[in-house]
Amino acid sequence: MSVKLLLGNEAIGLGAIDAGISGVYAYPGTPSTEITEYIQAHPLAAERNIQRKWSANEKTAYEGALGMSYAGKRALVCMKHVGLNVAADAFINSTFTGVNGGLVLVVADDPSMHSSQNEQDSRFYGKFAMIPILEPSSQQEAYEMVKFAFDLSESIQYPVLFRITTRLAHSRAGVSRDEKHRKENSLSFPPDLRQFVLLPAIARKRYELLLNNQDKFQKLSENSSYNQYTPGSDHSLGIVCCGIAINYLLENYTEKPCPYPILKIGQYPIPEKLVKKIESECDELLIVEEGYPVVEEMLSDYFGKGKRIRGRLDGTLPRAGELSPGLLANALQLEQAKNPGIPEIVTNRPPSLCTGCGHQDMYKALNEALKPWGDGHVFSDIGCYTLGALPPYRSINSCVDMGASVTMAKGAADAGLFPSLAVIGDSTFTHSGMTGLLDAVNDGSNVVIIISDNQSVSMTGGQDSSATGRLDSICKGIGVDPAHIRTVVPHRKNHDKMVSIIKEEIDYKGVSVIIPTRECIQRTARLKRAKRKS
Amino acid sequence: MKTNIILAGVGGQGILSIAAVLGAASLKNKYYLKQAETHGMSQRGGAVVSHLRISDKPIHSDLIPMGKADIILSVEPMESLRYLPFLKPHGYLVTNNVPYKNIPNYPEMDKLQAEIDKLKRKVTINADGIAKEIGNLRASNMVMLGAASNFIEVPSKKIEEGIAEIFRSKGAAIIQLNIEAFRKGKTTAKTTP
Ligand SMILES: Cc1ncc(C[n+]2csc(CCOP(=O)(O)OP(=O)(O)O)c2C)c(N)n1
Repeated sequence: MSVKLLLGNEAIGLGAIDAGISGVYAYPGTPSTEITEYIQAHPLAAERNIQRKWSANEKTAYEGALGMSYAGKRALVCMKHVGLNVAADAFINSTFTGVNGGLVLVVADDPSMHSSQNEQDSRFYGKFAMIPILEPSSQQEAYEMVKFAFDLSESIQYPVLFRITTRLAHSRAGVSRDEKHRKENSLSFPPDLRQFVLLPAIARKRYELLLNNQDKFQKLSENSSYNQYTPGSDHSLGIVCCGIAINYLLENYTEKPCPYPILKIGQYPIPEKLVKKIESECDELLIVEEGYPVVEEMLSDYFGKGKRIRGRLDGTLPRAGELSPGLLANALQLEQAKNPGIPEIVTNRPPSLCTGCGHQDMYKALNEALKPWGDGHVFSDIGCYTLGALPPYRSINSCVDMGASVTMAKGAADAGLFPSLAVIGDSTFTHSGMTGLLDAVNDGSNVVIIISDNQSVSMTGGQDSSATGRLDSICKGIGVDPAHIRTVVPHRKNHDKMVSIIKEEIDYKGVSVIIPTRECIQRTARLKRAKRKS
Repeated sequence: MKTNIILAGVGGQGILSIAAVLGAASLKNKYYLKQAETHGMSQRGGAVVSHLRISDKPIHSDLIPMGKADIILSVEPMESLRYLPFLKPHGYLVTNNVPYKNIPNYPEMDKLQAEIDKLKRKVTINADGIAKEIGNLRASNMVMLGAASNFIEVPSKKIEEGIAEIFRSKGAAIIQLNIEAFRKGKTTAKTTP
């Protein structure tokens, strides 16, 4: 058996290929991106012609996968945690329709917000949707669990949520690959050709079916090999570990075994019998989970009459942020190595725009054009250009969710703010900015929308952007007056021209779109390197 | 055998190549390995770190516990100090002494050197200078790997095989250059007090 050094994300990608997927549907987002990239680059994907192009956003990705599943084939969907907010409508309703071919949704959560706006926990969505959740604890387990997830999805005929967090996604370990691989499914219709028609009469039946399946999901968890009870000699405490939490616990017991009983959870709904067993055997429980205290809240005793439940809620572990071996050592009052601390002389080194990046030229021009108006007029969005919030630019006043810059600029203009501008990236615009622009056009809003087009999804590593070559025609199609769609190359030599374009469009009472277009310099360099190689 | 290494640098400086080489070398030696990387936002010129753990026994945590790193291997002097809480009391700090100044308030180099000098076991070398001498500044990360290899329990032969594997697609000349950088780093660190 061959051992390969794989990121958790790559292990998932390989697992999906070996599980016989016919398609991967995704929009990039740290820490999930490498799952799809791994599949895209794998020779088997080309050989089997696995559907693998990036989707415009997470909702279109999820719906594409659901369509593939309707047609009987296996589909993988990947996104970062906040992507599930975008795809939530499709996701929640798909637990009413059910699936035909296996459908597995991998969501990568980002506790500690290494590269995200929040640290929401996708297990809440799984619970909300009332479907099984899988949460691997290692790269090897992640690889194997993908195949299991597809089998599970096809046997219960529901989507399965596969939840990981940054540390597993972006850490490598040796993974040994299975010799036996699944063949892809052939085309087939779902068993009931009306099950996807969620008219109220059908939806009510589908909901009843989903509710009736809850006992089955519970039994599956109880019998799952991913939920493991390990006995211990010291019953003063029982420890419940979800996903990778077990690694941080065991890191503290490399010399001698952990004295406390442990329940390791890798499949949800949480296995009732096993949870009751550890509760009945131990004086207190410690719940260790990455992300929100989801399981802890379920087990916590509201009226304080039962056993003490420890974890993030009672302060035994921090309420926010990712776990670490040290936090577990603290929680268990184990001795820790002394450390000298960080010398005071060390200063922060935040990320910054690359030297030569076109976003910089855009911000320089924007700052100059806005001088007479002062700070507070620019809504922005998520991407490399968000770094325009930091010195030396300090140009933008918002970064909320993909596409929000356009609609927030409109809302503020509605309220009377003048001038009201948006700065949005090309990929962010086609992800979720287009619909907001339609609102602005229909309302004749007095806004200036700057689509800073670097022809790349750069913040996540330079994937192809759905917007490339289409921005002008999209804006025209949405109904922006062609005289107020202004294209310019963001470059030092065009500085004065850009400043005057921005000023002119501020003066225009209506929707203006300015599109500074110049390829991301990292992408240019990468393409050059690739060309030299071939 | 168990070696915990903190790899530190600035996004774009090539610490992931160091990690990849050591990973390939460890696998060739049939060691277990876990290697947590920084992807995403910080890669845009921010501080990046990789936790690399090599052992002959299975490894639990992807993260090195505080105070348990045997080596801090940094391609930038200030970054070498950022992760001091991870270093064992008698661990080694091995760093490039050429600063990467992409922030306005970068501290004075002699003050950084004074902090580094407080440590018992440290090696600072001019990896950029050595790499330039050999013919390519981009090989400075392999110079640093060479400097640290004196304290890593993976045979240098295996590390050189790892270099050959990781740079295979770049051709024989680049492989040779990087191996040379590695060797030069190794001998320079040995002769540095
Ligand atoms: C809903 C959602 N999906 C994905 C992301 C991850 N993400 C953040 S920035 C970004 C890329 C934006 O690309 P673009 O707008 O072209 O800007 P660039 O980084 O190229 O400047 C992505 C995919 C996110 N934050 N939210």
